[in-house]
Amino acid sequence: MGRALAVIIWLLTVGSVGLFFVKKWWFPTAISEHAPALDSQFLLTIIVVGLSFTAAQVGLGWMVWKYRDRGQSDRAMYTHGSNRLEVVWTIVTAVIFIGLAVMGQSVWASLRFNEAPAGAFKVEVVAQQFQWNFHYAGTDGVLGRTHPTLIDDSALNFIGIDEADPSAKDDAVHSVIAIPAGRPVELTLRSKDVIHNFWVPQLRFKQDLVPGMAIRVHFTANTPGKYELACAELCGQLHFKMRSFMLVLPTDEHTALMGLPQDQFQTRMTELLAKYKLPTAY
Amino acid sequence: MSGETHETHGAVHRHEPPTSFIRKYIFSLDHKVIGIQYIILALVAVLVGMTMSVLMRMNLSWPGTNWPILGTLFPGGAPDGMMTPEFYLSLVTMHGTIMVFFVLTTAPQGGFGNYFLPIQIGAEDMAFPVLNMLSFWVTFVGFVVILAAIFFSGAESTVGPIGGWTGYAPLSALPNSGPGQGMGMNLWIISIAIFCVGSLLGALNFITTLLNMRAPGMSLMRMPLTCWAWFTTAVLALLSFPVLLGGGVLLLLDRTAGTSFFIPGGLYIGGELSGASANFPIHTGGSPILWQHLFWFFGHPEVYIAILPGMGATSHILSTFARKPVFGYRAMVFAIFAIGLLGFFVWGHHMFISGMSPYSAMTFSILTLSIGVPSAVKTFNWLGTLWGARIRFTTPMLFAIGFVSLFVAGGITGLVLGQSSLDLPMHDTYFVTAHFHLVMGVASIFGMFAATYFWFPKMFGRMMSERLGRIHFWITFVGVYCIFVPMHTMGIVGMPRRFAQFTEYEFLATLHPLVVFVSIAAIATVFAQILFYFNLVWSIFKGEKSGANPWEATTLEWITPSPPPHDNFAGVIPTVYRGPYEFAVPGAPNDFIMQTEPEPGTVPATEGAGNGHNGHRH
Repeated sequence: MGRALAVIIWLLTVGSVGLFFVKKWWFPTAISEHAPALDSQFLLTIIVVGLSFTAAQVGLGWMVWKYRDRGQSDRAMYTHGSNRLEVVWTIVTAVIFIGLAVMGQSVWASLRFNEAPAGAFKVEVVAQQFQWNFHYAGTDGVLGRTHPTLIDDSALNFIGIDEADPSAKDDAVHSVIAIPAGRPVELTLRSKDVIHNFWVPQLRFKQDLVPGMAIRVHFTANTPGKYELACAELCGQLHFKMRSFMLVLPTDEHTALMGLPQDQFQTRMTELLAKYKLPTAY
Repeated sequence: MSGETHETHGAVHRHEPPTSFIRKYIFSLDHKVIGIQYIILALVAVLVGMTMSVLMRMNLSWPGTNWPILGTLFPGGAPDGMMTPEFYLSLVTMHGTIMVFFVLTTAPQGGFGNYFLPIQIGAEDMAFPVLNMLSFWVTFVGFVVILAAIFFSGAESTVGPIGGWTGYAPLSALPNSGPGQGMGMNLWIISIAIFCVGSLLGALNFITTLLNMRAPGMSLMRMPLTCWAWFTTAVLALLSFPVLLGGGVLLLLDRTAGTSFFIPGGLYIGGELSGASANFPIHTGGSPILWQHLFWFFGHPEVYIAILPGMGATSHILSTFARKPVFGYRAMVFAIFAIGLLGFFVWGHHMFISGMSPYSAMTFSILTLSIGVPSAVKTFNWLGTLWGARIRFTTPMLFAIGFVSLFVAGGITGLVLGQSSLDLPMHDTYFVTAHFHLVMGVASIFGMFAATYFWFPKMFGRMMSERLGRIHFWITFVGVYCIFVPMHTMGIVGMPRRFAQFTEYEFLATLHPLVVFVSIAAIATVFAQILFYFNLVWSIFKGEKSGANPWEATTLEWITPSPPPHDNFAGVIPTVYRGPYEFAVPGAPNDFIMQTEPEPGTVPATEGAGNGHNGHRH
């Protein structure tokens, strides 16, 4: 029984580690500036995780194999422990675990402890149940005023743009986010109803959109293309369908798009969505 | 204490059981009966929760399939046998709620804790037997109310609210935010609030009993590790449940009394602005994140409430069948305390991407990874306990070893999730689902399986079938690995949790074979639990008779007959002379020494290191 259990534990360990090791199912190729550092921190962490997991399971299997009761005449070893061992393994694990936590702070700090760099492209994101609205500033680069009392879904004014505001005249609202490649992007995240979450796997980035708050976050996407955008915070009945796209465009293509008047903007977005394809390999 | 008769024969002072059926089995004051009541409640609740998980797996793996039986059972939730998204989400919510509250909190603490804490410390009952009875029946009412949410959810197409067991506001605060969020959500909150009250009553009782009612000689450091675990769990419950209770009351007020604790102003739902009609009253100034703070201030300690008793049982059982003292008893006690204490300072790791301050995220991140240290210390000491052992592979031992394996497997990925930067890709994916199911769900349940097989002979005077128990172990152990390890890789790919279907996204298509594999493993594992239920029922009537101490164990529950008499020790409070795990003592006649066996040449203790002879109350 002891040997069978040891073998099963070891097989499960090999299977579990193998599933990670073959990387058949793994992160999609990253496109953001912070992703390489994040991915290497993940790799380091998962290696520590894998080694600790393997060591513990192999050790457990070994104990179970070696110290099974074989009807020996002598008794088990009589010991109540070892203070020295306790101190050693407490310190070793503390150094490794807390060290990992400290190292993990750098990516976080680079994204969250600073404001977006000057010259960042700004988009306002207004989520609502099962739909994304991206508010673009238009040619003047100034986002027009919005107010909840002006929201009227039936009139397609999803975010309550105040037409009386001159800077709102050239604003565009679209369900797809189009951002420039290689330039910092600042999102102002809002929600009309419940909590949503902006999640693009290739960005390695996720942030809640909380009603009543305007949360500003920033990142830089480097690789042009079309990517799936998901809501990752349970927002109700059709949460699983709250899907859209993120277009990362070469700078000139993006600048041209943002310079278009509203009606042409919509047409051009449709063309761009057809032009770019989703990544084929994940 | 009414319903009890007292007989006095010299020094022996007996408490006889009540004779009426109702006082003996229904509204019993006996901690042992109450413990069994809690366990039965958990055994019923877990059936509901598991059935729901099977339905969820069916929906995820074979989307769009017509299940005629479901069409018959749930004409609203599965019209023509196809599950609606809101039906799926209500299953998610109810599965989580029922499992976390009515299974993982009731069985380990209310069930086994109630039954064995008083016996293991040498007390005749809990400190407050009436409170104990109330805590069970209050919890039972909470369960009835959560079941009511299934039937009176307010939407034909759901079996309860759809906001998940975390009930994030404002989805949970606004009745018009989705199907099932009406009466179903009210009942959900009421049920949780009732549950909180029951748990608080229980926690007070556990703490008082342990501190005041230990037998003579039962110093704190002579208590079995199970008692330390139940005690720490009770302290966690005492400090965390009031916060959830308060949060729940505020949420209910937001929904019914027009307050705005969690609801900000200017919300626009279903074509309507807040305040535009009577269906959607005006709200202003509330904070959705406040709910998350209140919820997770409870929610994270709750994880330890679920698993600490399993850790205690595992230490206890490993030592018994290793025939060796627990390695590093003192370190184990400190580790339990450290886990309990740190458990209160890490709730923010559930909220890294919630919009709270990024600086507090840093603090929470470092504190979270610190919890790995006492957890690792426990693991090292379990391995130390097995080192140089003479392991007897009984079914409880198999499950205890399984607990160690699963605790490591589930806990270690906390190193990933506890880092705020790595949470950016991992948050709310199946990586999280895998992590907490393995450690909080499956490991805890393995602790309870171990406890059941271990203490069943004491509770019913008969052994459970070892053969069935082993088959149950092998299938379940392999099964849970097959279910939850692949979920980690799903999370790495980016698969979000709480999606009713994965058909909408191209990047998830590659995961379909894994999804199906997990479902098949889950359904097989669920069916294997029939063996456990059958074994339980069969063994109560047909199991081989066990003596008082079938496992040759050392602690106080094994000095009394199986099952123990109403007052546990037949009126003679035991005196304790030694630590709880004296196995393989050199020179001793047997390889185990009972805690009640005097040291040769020592004078019997007259006064306990505890408060002594407090076992008799009138």
